[in-house]
Amino acid sequence: MSTSVLFDVQGPRAKRVTMILNVVAVLVVAVLVWLVVQKLGEQGQLDAEKWTALFTERTWSNFFIPGLLDTLRAATLAVVGSVIFGLIFGLGRLSSVWILRAVSTVVVEFFRAVPVLVMMIFFYLGLARTGLIQPSNTPFWAVVIALILYNGSVIAELVRSGVYQLPKGQREAGLAVGLTPSQALRSILLPQALTAMLPSLVSQFVVILKDTALGYIITYPELLASARRLGSGDGNILQTLLLAAVVFMIINSALTFLAGRLSRLLSYRTSGKTRPLHEAAAGDETG
Amino acid sequence: MSEYLSDYASLLSQYDVLGAFWVNIQLTFWAAIGSMVLGSVLALMRISPPASMRAVGAAYVTLIRNTPLTIILVFLVLGVWSQLTISFTDDFNQNFFIYAVIGLSIYHAAFVCEAIRSGVNTVPAGQAEAARAIGLSFLPAARLIIFPQALRGAITPLGNTLIALTKNTTVAAAASVTEISALMKTMIEFRPDVIIAVFLTVALGFVIIVIPVGLLTTWLSQKLAVKR
Amino acid sequence: MKYGKSMTLAALAATTALTLTACGGNDDGGGGESSGGDGESVRIGIKYDQPGLGFKDGEEYTGFDVDVAKYVAKELGYSEDQIEWVESPSANRENMLSNDQVDMIFATYSITDKRKESVAFAGPYFVAGQDLLVSQDNTDIKGPEDLEGKNLCSVTGSTSAQKIKDQYAGTVNLVEQGGYADCVTILGSGGVDAVTTDDIILAGLAATDANSGKFKVVGNPFTEEKYGVGLPKDSDKCQAINDAITKMVEDGAWEEAVTKNTEGADYKYNEDLNPPTPDACA
Repeated sequence: MSTSVLFDVQGPRAKRVTMILNVVAVLVVAVLVWLVVQKLGEQGQLDAEKWTALFTERTWSNFFIPGLLDTLRAATLAVVGSVIFGLIFGLGRLSSVWILRAVSTVVVEFFRAVPVLVMMIFFYLGLARTGLIQPSNTPFWAVVIALILYNGSVIAELVRSGVYQLPKGQREAGLAVGLTPSQALRSILLPQALTAMLPSLVSQFVVILKDTALGYIITYPELLASARRLGSGDGNILQTLLLAAVVFMIINSALTFLAGRLSRLLSYRTSGKTRPLHEAAAGDETG
Repeated sequence: MSEYLSDYASLLSQYDVLGAFWVNIQLTFWAAIGSMVLGSVLALMRISPPASMRAVGAAYVTLIRNTPLTIILVFLVLGVWSQLTISFTDDFNQNFFIYAVIGLSIYHAAFVCEAIRSGVNTVPAGQAEAARAIGLSFLPAARLIIFPQALRGAITPLGNTLIALTKNTTVAAAASVTEISALMKTMIEFRPDVIIAVFLTVALGFVIIVIPVGLLTTWLSQKLAVKR
Repeated sequence: MKYGKSMTLAALAATTALTLTACGGNDDGGGGESSGGDGESVRIGIKYDQPGLGFKDGEEYTGFDVDVAKYVAKELGYSEDQIEWVESPSANRENMLSNDQVDMIFATYSITDKRKESVAFAGPYFVAGQDLLVSQDNTDIKGPEDLEGKNLCSVTGSTSAQKIKDQYAGTVNLVEQGGYADCVTILGSGGVDAVTTDDIILAGLAATDANSGKFKVVGNPFTEEKYGVGLPKDSDKCQAINDAITKMVEDGAWEEAVTKNTEGADYKYNEDLNPPTPDACA
């Protein structure tokens, strides 16, 4: 539904009232901002060197760039892993063999229910005990595995619902031209379902990227952890954390934008719905 | 095996696991209310007549949705509480609990807003046109005609947001609230030999909380669906 | 909807492949195995995020732990560029030693009987103690008993704050943060009256440029933490390390290292216990 039918185009009077309210709102916000700035100044948080330090070469080359690279390294592997995991268990849930269906359902439902942070802590403290992975790599693998299990399960659901959401006629047409059900799935349904879910997939990558930030709790040296480290060394942790937040926002906004573009681009290449996850089924996201 | 179980039982008697879970449930409850209220206001803003309101609503959603929750919580404590010296009570435990609820509400309101907006999208234009035709202006039309139907259409995404919120309460440790994930870490570091049992306890706790919510929303969304 | 078995078999095969790749080692991060040859290099575990003790700034490593480690390494015959630094977070120290991922650890590593079961220790090279950090002009907090009714900050999951609550001041208000730097920021704004952990860690935080001169360590440590050099159980380096530590104390380098890394924190180490004499090697 387009929102414009909800109200008339504003007339001169409504426009005037809106204008006045806008000005009032801006003034109120300006006063609030002024109060905050003043308080921060009193606390010494506006001292120039606490801010200028953010834009030195050392800040970036020694802390933010390495941190960002570690964030991307974990996120990339988690993306690849969760797509594979999601395809396997999504198809598992569509399988005609009941035992595979049951196992996949249990796996997917379990990992969707357990908080990512809880899994990260478990793998962080648990992997080192197995001796399979060098202890200094356990934070990395704990982050990656926890993200794969959770986001892979979400993607499995995307695969399943993607196939279910295709018009019935697609499968029937496949069967009518003599394809077996599994051939129809592979050559007709799955390609369309995957195309349709691509925007949602990109949105899920935003979730993965954001969740790597939980890695700082288990000592993975990602962006947030690097920002904290720099802030502890220089005594300006508030400023470094703000910069980290801005970097996260920029990257994630770019990904969100990409998801929006993709959904428009792909909408006529599939008979499924290409709306990204956050609109179609908002909220399956974590920290 | 029996020794393992008795080790585990002694660990359970030493730490208040149920108490910690109770904190997560309380956080969920209050933050659900908070994010629902804030999210509805935002959703209303995003479909309201003045362009400025729509812009503010959209900016809020974009900004918050792209920021990690941990950072939001840390900012509330380190920035708002510590630097701006805004306190709700002198009792630290209560004060940080309130801060955690605020942080969780701020974050999830963005998702509630998107959920409701997707619900609004399920309401046919004819409904709004009919409301306009009988002379309702924006607010009454939204309150009486659009929102009741939109909420019904938004139950599934709202349920997903509630589930995400439940799980995200584990991040509240960043706002100095002692909840289950922090307790789990302490327990494992203290008794690494029973790590699997501790993990399964916490994991099953969440399964027990989350799966009924999922089933309930599926049932509700079918029961309340507006048949068209 | 029903689909054929070939699909699901392929899926199963892919699962196996995924599991295998996920576990196949990726050892490039953080040092790995490069112990090839005698005296080639030495892998030393330190903290990367503890200003004043072990801190990584690009390719530069600073702090008291780092200075002691460099001195000891030199005495053992390694030049500075033969040292390979590895990050050793608290929860991973025993594992890194028993998996032979590091040769020695200098990372605020307290010698305890429980840890001695799985690793060996040389040293101690410093005796720290739990203490309080307060702002420079604070005069009414002189020890943990004075925290009754006051506000205290510590790190999530650390035992030091709990100890104060249990043993000294039951009515203390406690806030737990992700790191000690957060605590110091809160202390600076007056949100809490004190921060607690080992005295030299507090001194290191207070000595950073932005904090210098703003805070002081109370100087009334109420526990004893003997910082040792963590070694693999079968290491034969213990005696050589102890000799190096003794020598470092005798030629004044030890004193210099403490002073340099705690400057501006108004900090005096506990002179009854420092500089320590290394324990006999097992």
